[in-house]
Amino acid sequence: MFEAILLTVITASTPLVLAALGELVTERSGVLNLGVEGMMIMGAACAFVAAQLTGSPYIGLLAGILGGGVFSLLFGLLTLTLVANQVATGLALTILGLGLSGQIGEAFVGQPGIKLQPIVFPLLSDIPFFGRVLFAQDLTFYLSVVLVIGINWFLFRSRTGLKLRAIGDNHASAHALGINVIRTRYLAVMFGGACAGLAGAQLSLVYTPQWVENMSAGRGWIALALVVFASWRPWRVLAGGYLFGAVGIGQLHAQILAQNLGIVIPSQFLSALPYAATIVVLIIISHNRRTTLINTPASLGKPFVPDR
Amino acid sequence: MKKLIIALAASAALMGGFSTGAQAQEKKKVCFIYVGSKTDGGWTQAHELGRQQLDKALGTKVETPFLENVPEGPDAERAIERMARSGCSLVFTTSFGFMDATVKVAAKFPDVKFEHATGFKAAPNLATYNSRFYEGRYIQGQIAAKMSKKGVAGYIASFPIPEVVMGINAFELGAKSINPNFKLKVVWANTWFDPGKEADAAKALIDQGVDILTQHTDTTAPMQVASERGILAFGQASDMIAAGPKTQLTAIVDTWGAYYIKRTKALLDGTWKSEQIWDGLKDGILTMAPYTNMPDDVKAMAEETEAKIKSGELHPFTGPINKQDGSAWLKAGEKSDDGTLLGMNFYVEGVDDKLPK
Repeated sequence: MFEAILLTVITASTPLVLAALGELVTERSGVLNLGVEGMMIMGAACAFVAAQLTGSPYIGLLAGILGGGVFSLLFGLLTLTLVANQVATGLALTILGLGLSGQIGEAFVGQPGIKLQPIVFPLLSDIPFFGRVLFAQDLTFYLSVVLVIGINWFLFRSRTGLKLRAIGDNHASAHALGINVIRTRYLAVMFGGACAGLAGAQLSLVYTPQWVENMSAGRGWIALALVVFASWRPWRVLAGGYLFGAVGIGQLHAQILAQNLGIVIPSQFLSALPYAATIVVLIIISHNRRTTLINTPASLGKPFVPDR
Repeated sequence: MKKLIIALAASAALMGGFSTGAQAQEKKKVCFIYVGSKTDGGWTQAHELGRQQLDKALGTKVETPFLENVPEGPDAERAIERMARSGCSLVFTTSFGFMDATVKVAAKFPDVKFEHATGFKAAPNLATYNSRFYEGRYIQGQIAAKMSKKGVAGYIASFPIPEVVMGINAFELGAKSINPNFKLKVVWANTWFDPGKEADAAKALIDQGVDILTQHTDTTAPMQVASERGILAFGQASDMIAAGPKTQLTAIVDTWGAYYIKRTKALLDGTWKSEQIWDGLKDGILTMAPYTNMPDDVKAMAEETEAKIKSGELHPFTGPINKQDGSAWLKAGEKSDDGTLLGMNFYVEGVDDKLPK
């Protein structure tokens, strides 16, 4: 049964990890995009519709990534080129995304979806216990792990990653050094959108293979919290995402176990656990002001206008 | 540029004003407030179908605008007030959580008539209407007891309100009428609408050994999980057979259309008055989806129970019934009154869960 629980946790955590990783890169470049929920639901709608039309969940996955990425361009255009307020634009993007995705998916409501099937690694999946859990998953899970490793390398080991972080910390200095701030930020925003779109595709192709309006149900906001929770570190996003997922699934099992044992644990308390855990961790990490400052992109959310 | 926008907005408002003004003379507005998306495949979709039936039947005499995805809470009051201001003669608010908001707005607009679904607070211009869902849940419980190999079913619950508790109890009573040792595991998802979380709850229940699922949440996600895992399940609010053609045993289908037509007619001929209506299977406000994926004898039993409930021969809450702690609630042959059911805050014997307070 433990294995079954782990499998459920992976399904529940993957969309959080994917969306948070994308937002992490966006925020590392100094842009705060609060539209994760909107981009995620756009990804879910595009992925589902494309999969239904073509019969291929992989084309669906691609459509989800594109849907989220292209949608985020709108945010880029407004905040980077037209220098609109990032917080307001992000919120608007979420509202627009929820409405637009409803339109896109309207004709597809109630259709049974096509599930993205697991890719089973022949020998590795035979390893007792961990084999099935780690090596018989669908593509979105593998992508989430590859992305964590890749983004970690990119941000902290590559030259381009260093430039991106420099822009996030001080866009004026980076600009003075000749780094193209706007172009880099456009790419970072689009990467964030693509990741959120991929997370949405996971929702409508893996988690619950169907389309219903608002099906992301607030997961984009949890992903946003996760980025802060992880203090802008990819590995911590992975750990935090799985903590959130595990607490969410664990509380459901705890309810049933409590019934078997005949004890009373209020379910409202158990439901609040993930949020309580977030607060506790935030207190712990913000305790040390210096490390918090080192990790927080200093230009986060500030508009940049190149001086001629 | 700014002037142009203002001019456009003004002309749009003018045109809008004209068209509604012209229609208002002949058509009354009957308005709907939905908690979810009109295509959620469950609760809200059932109300939307009812609205469409109303539109078909009386579309020449009334307009039927609606607002969907209205969250319960402060936003609800604003949304209902907006509807009332926009010239609605009758407003249906279709979620339990809209109760207090509806009461407040109804007090502000004495000339507008309101109807609140599944609530218990009324006023001279505020009626309540509800469906005896528990009748369907009793039948489901009986089917579950016949079909479950392990003698234990899983129940995905939303919030610990009387409506939900009543459903859990009716299900358990139905099951126990067939198998006195039948057990029911309850998981509270603490949401009406979150496909992912509903699916998670379904998986948790199945992993913990239940082989039949029923739900009191709004999406088809649990049905889909049950279908994937090869167990049986019951649909909720709408017929969910598409999500589990080999899984759904039956579903409680809310059929509000006839009620909406009846009340709108009363509005039009001036006989509308505030009532507390609680209809059931016999009135057609609630129907059972076809009995599928079960042997003929179980189907026959379910049909017989349905007929008995319709004729009034069988009331699911008929004693002897003990409360969960073993204390007596109803004596043999005694039937529960509606008041106790509508305020139900205790479990009957056999439910494993402890009711959240």
